[in-house]
Amino acid sequence: MSDITLAPRAPDREISGESLPTRVVLIACALVFLGLFLFLPLISVFAEAFKRGWEAYLTALADPDAASAIWLTLYVAAIAVPFNIIVGVAAAWAVAKFEFKGKSLLVSLIDLPFSVSPVVAGLSYMLLFGAQGYFGPWLKAHDLAIVFAVPGIVIATIFVTFPFVARELIPHMQALGTDDEEAALTLGASAWRTFFTITLPNVKWSLLYGVLLCNARAMGEFGAVAVVSGKIRGVTTTIPTQIEILYNEYNGVAAFALASLLAGLALVTLVLKTFLEWRYADAIAASSHR
Amino acid sequence: MSVSITIEHAHKQFSAYPALRDVSLRVKQQELVALLGPSGSGKTTLLRAIAGLEELDQGRVFFDATDMRSLSLRDRRIGFVFQSYALFKHMTVFENIAFGLRARPRRERPSSAEIHKRVGHLLDLVQLAGLEKRFPTQLSGGQRQRVALARALAIEPSVLLLDEPFGALDAKVRKDLRGWLRELHERTGQTTVFVTHDQEEALELADKVAILNQGVIEQIGSPDAVYDMPENAFVCEFLGEANKLPVHVAGGQAFFDDTPVFGGIGLNRSGPASLYVRPQHIKLADNGPLALPGIVERIRRNGAVRRLEVAVRGYAKRLELDLASTVAPAIGERVSMKFTSAHIF
Repeated sequence: MSDITLAPRAPDREISGESLPTRVVLIACALVFLGLFLFLPLISVFAEAFKRGWEAYLTALADPDAASAIWLTLYVAAIAVPFNIIVGVAAAWAVAKFEFKGKSLLVSLIDLPFSVSPVVAGLSYMLLFGAQGYFGPWLKAHDLAIVFAVPGIVIATIFVTFPFVARELIPHMQALGTDDEEAALTLGASAWRTFFTITLPNVKWSLLYGVLLCNARAMGEFGAVAVVSGKIRGVTTTIPTQIEILYNEYNGVAAFALASLLAGLALVTLVLKTFLEWRYADAIAASSHR
Repeated sequence: MSVSITIEHAHKQFSAYPALRDVSLRVKQQELVALLGPSGSGKTTLLRAIAGLEELDQGRVFFDATDMRSLSLRDRRIGFVFQSYALFKHMTVFENIAFGLRARPRRERPSSAEIHKRVGHLLDLVQLAGLEKRFPTQLSGGQRQRVALARALAIEPSVLLLDEPFGALDAKVRKDLRGWLRELHERTGQTTVFVTHDQEEALELADKVAILNQGVIEQIGSPDAVYDMPENAFVCEFLGEANKLPVHVAGGQAFFDDTPVFGGIGLNRSGPASLYVRPQHIKLADNGPLALPGIVERIRRNGAVRRLEVAVRGYAKRLELDLASTVAPAIGERVSMKFTSAHIF
């Protein structure tokens, strides 16, 4: 038989070969960082919000300006998110399933809102639609208001949150390839049927994931909205801009009460995202297992 | 509902290289044809062009007398089985097979009861009855393959096209499915074209084998014809094994290093050439005319036969030959070899 002997594996070592103290130090570093930069601020938001108790908290939220900001935030997200779902799915579909000239340019354009500062985006809309802007006189003549009004906030939010859905879908759709769609088409399905019964169900988890991130960002967007909205109290303030106004007025409880809503949204998003990632990993494994 | 397929002067260029170069092919009604070739030979492109999944730069595809350019993909009624099977993962086996029936326009769509009956019949045909509620991920590779086939057959296709149908399966399952597909074809009489890189599969299954190389059909014919009478060096080297010997042809004989090794060659040939001889076409013989001397260097077991490697003076490689008899020469022994059959190109 063979005269090769196998060296016994050191029992006290992980395969990575890091010793126990090294691992403890590394993990401790990560935990301290997370504690200082994430958990502590998050806890302090809620602590500040409830500093004067439940009653003050609820009063702050019930304030007409605050209520209006909450309402406007929901309203803007309710337009921007569905819009970005439709356009994002269409863009991802085009990029992932078809070959055409200028495809890489399109992919870069999809990423543009990530690389441009939201303030710059807001200013560019001022330049286009503001009173002194290119379309300003025309809009004024037709009695249309975009900047310092809700349409401007919606447009700015759509711009800033556009990449989320498309960015999630493109790699997933590319990994899935076009075999399933081709199979459906050869079986006699129409393009619409193929899209709704094959393409969409195949990417539903990554779509949900993208929608979640898109929504969180749409509700939390500050920079671009602050510029185009003009921050008219009770009219064009969203939750983030209202928080800033209240904070600048040293109204800590009211500012942090509203902030706690956004922080709560972040926590819910995080939980859902973790849940989806867990589900999504399963679905991905199933779809790549052919 | 079986049709013939005619491909005329198909040309397809991918950005850098031509995938098909002036390919013409005719597949008769009810015929089972294999497209065989190394990877990158254009065989899958040709299959996809027949299906209409790939648009040709030039050339035409006919089903019987119908020009396929006049039909949309969904009207062509292609039964296409993808290499990946492309089963719909979020649908059960039943839903997968019923997909093509349910996707029909309302007035052509069979009733729900009719769909159940048809799917049940197909499940029996592919021997998967009882698995209709499973999802594709809960099936073995061979079962998935059969679901893909049943799904393609459900639309009563005019032709059946299979892309590397057994590519992803292990050897045992491949062999079983191969015999099963042959039987199925005999029963349904469906005009069928399949792509494979596995010559054994092509030769065993197909009525006709088309051998592709770099976008060109090198030879097309029955398995016997392409194997026994290769028309060119590529086919000869690609199918089966062959020793390649540089020879000089003169007076109807092939000379290796001034030794005559093979005769009966047409007198119109002369000059340097390559002689291809398969291992099973070399036998050991006494010295005599048309014999090549050598020394046995290695003996290996190769399935049912023994493979001898014989060194020949003036030949860089070793001649390989198969010996079926139980008596074999010893290593180092001098032997004399005769070629019972050979091809000269």
